[in-house]
Amino acid sequence: MTTSTHLVYLIALPLLSAALLLVLGRIADKWGHLLATLVSATTFVIGALEFFAMQSRTGASRAATQKIFEWISVGAFKVDATLLLDQLSICFVLLITGVGTLIHIYSIAYMSHDHDRRRFFAYLNLFIAAMLLLVLGNSYLNLYVGWEGVGLASYLLIGFWNQKPVYATAAKKAFVANRVGDVGLSLAIMIAFAQFGTVSFDGVKAGAPHASPAALTAIGAMLLLAAAGKSAQFPLQSWLGDAMAGPTPVSALIHAATMVTAGVYLITRSNFIFDASPNARLMVVTVGAITLLFGAIIGTAKDDIKKALAASTMSQIGYMILATGLGPIGYAFAILHLLTHGFFKAGMFLGAGSVMHGMNDEVNMRRYGALAKAMPITAVTFGLGYLAILGVPPFAGFYSKDKIIETAFNSGGTKGILLGGATLLGAAITAFYMTRVIVLTFTGSKRWDDKAHPHESPILMWAPMVVLAVGSVASGFLLSSGSALVNWLQPVVNSQNVVAGEELMKPIVVSGLALGVVLLGVLLAIFKYRTVPTSAPTQVSVFTKAARKDLYQDSFNEAVLMRPGQKLTAGLVLTDYKVIDGIVRTVGWTLGAISTAMRKIQNGFVRSYSLLMLLGVLVLVFTIWLVTL
Amino acid sequence: MDISNYLYLSAILFTIGAVGVTVRRNAIVVFMCVELMLNATNLAFVTFSRIHGNLAGQVASFFTMVVAACEVVVGLAIIVTIFRSRRSASVDDASLLKR
Repeated sequence: MTTSTHLVYLIALPLLSAALLLVLGRIADKWGHLLATLVSATTFVIGALEFFAMQSRTGASRAATQKIFEWISVGAFKVDATLLLDQLSICFVLLITGVGTLIHIYSIAYMSHDHDRRRFFAYLNLFIAAMLLLVLGNSYLNLYVGWEGVGLASYLLIGFWNQKPVYATAAKKAFVANRVGDVGLSLAIMIAFAQFGTVSFDGVKAGAPHASPAALTAIGAMLLLAAAGKSAQFPLQSWLGDAMAGPTPVSALIHAATMVTAGVYLITRSNFIFDASPNARLMVVTVGAITLLFGAIIGTAKDDIKKALAASTMSQIGYMILATGLGPIGYAFAILHLLTHGFFKAGMFLGAGSVMHGMNDEVNMRRYGALAKAMPITAVTFGLGYLAILGVPPFAGFYSKDKIIETAFNSGGTKGILLGGATLLGAAITAFYMTRVIVLTFTGSKRWDDKAHPHESPILMWAPMVVLAVGSVASGFLLSSGSALVNWLQPVVNSQNVVAGEELMKPIVVSGLALGVVLLGVLLAIFKYRTVPTSAPTQVSVFTKAARKDLYQDSFNEAVLMRPGQKLTAGLVLTDYKVIDGIVRTVGWTLGAISTAMRKIQNGFVRSYSLLMLLGVLVLVFTIWLVTL
Repeated sequence: MDISNYLYLSAILFTIGAVGVTVRRNAIVVFMCVELMLNATNLAFVTFSRIHGNLAGQVASFFTMVVAACEVVVGLAIIVTIFRSRRSASVDDASLLKR
């Protein structure tokens, strides 16, 4: 372990900038976006310098730590606010600050007409700080702070235009769904503390082999719940579609490239837990497989370009989660796919934002069509991202997604065939819905009305898209040539100790199969969307209806969780009112009634008082007489 | 003569006093009835003193007389004050305590 002195700046700079922009208010309107972008770029430079410094070190000294301050010290329980930059965190640091900076630049132009642009950039910087804290914390508790921080930033940015009630509701929905996941994370931390007496990654890793399987499974399940909440995995995925209410750069940065992949990071970081618990791993692959199909199916029916991409994000993260459940080798492929996905999905979201920018914020793809001519750069960059997500060689997705499909098939037995089949089916559906997006948006006949004047976006917007498109083309090849990323991550995820099992399928067979189904999906989509009506057809199959309604997840949540919850609280309120308050009120009422009756005696007439006194004395005397008798 | 007759007399006087206190409205009459009750008890004290052959009862009756004398002073003063302010000596008129 090397001790570093400037890791803290990675978090402190964007945090300070966010605070400054929020505190200064309107004074900072003129230069706020520039400061935020500069700070973001600075963090990227620091990250890059750290990366090169890491490469010059070898072995165990590669990872660097920095203790900032002693946070909690209670008896034997000590938690320091310590940052840990290792082979896994640096991948995220570079992704977050790199893509983050590009999106800052893009936002300068995208948000130029918004009079709250300064606040937007403050939130973006807050997000960068929180996300970096999430990936740099050296214990679950430090991670938790960042985890909550990104949740807050996500909430603030989804509801950025909260003057529209629908958007404010979407922000709340995202926040509540994330809370459910956060409960999982806090429970996991509590179980880990009860079991190991520590919450640092090192401590838990050291204790994991000696812990009881039940405890490990419990921690694993709770971590998975946390990951499901943050990464929009089944059954907590319903918030991601609505989160598209936020400005498009936010969707690209937070809800495609970085924050939603925090769940993958969490599981990869906790690899020692999942490696020790096959049950937890089974849960992970199940959730991943369900979500990747779930998201893909939803994606086929969405007419809103951002919601289609959001469904795709959900599905792609399903792939990553599935990969993390496949054991040591899977972690590296999950991270590989995460990085390539960060490039191509962020690029496509920025492309969608560019299209919206040119189309007066129209999001309905049925009102697009033939935009390739009007915005060629957007079309080309989007197209490169499209080829990457499809997994066409030699684009990025080919290296990452095919590896996941291959690993899924080779995980052995019936499970392998099921998982492999699911990933292959997912790839086919992905090809279908992404082709649909391309066909509806960029080709075919124009379907927009005369008010729209589609035009190419300014350079500040297309330059980041070009950079990301280059990433979508090259990142897969660069990261996997000579198993670069797998070897790089080896010290963290232990991928070397993989026992080579029998291979169900050779890589070339898997790639061939994958390309075959992708081609099928593409052709089907092109055939189906030769002509596109401007309003969505209502006479559709039951499956399309279900997909349009997000496979009834919202209805399910409402019927199974929300309504009973409301009934329960209403019942509790009624019980409180009738029983608890009832008892108290009865006591008071009884005393009041007695007092009212007694008051009649106090009539103010001396003679009645004296009569009462006389009667009282008589009763007393009579009683004494009876007693002494 | 049987000594218990004094006790009967005392009881009769006390009863007359008590009934007077409860049924009469004139404050002076009520006051006199109170005096009657006090003196009825005094008579009972003295009688008991005689029966038991010691002085305890007689001493108690002296105390009662002293208290009665004080009570007359204070009580008459109150009655006069009430009469002055309300032009009436009826105890029922002085029922302001209720309000």
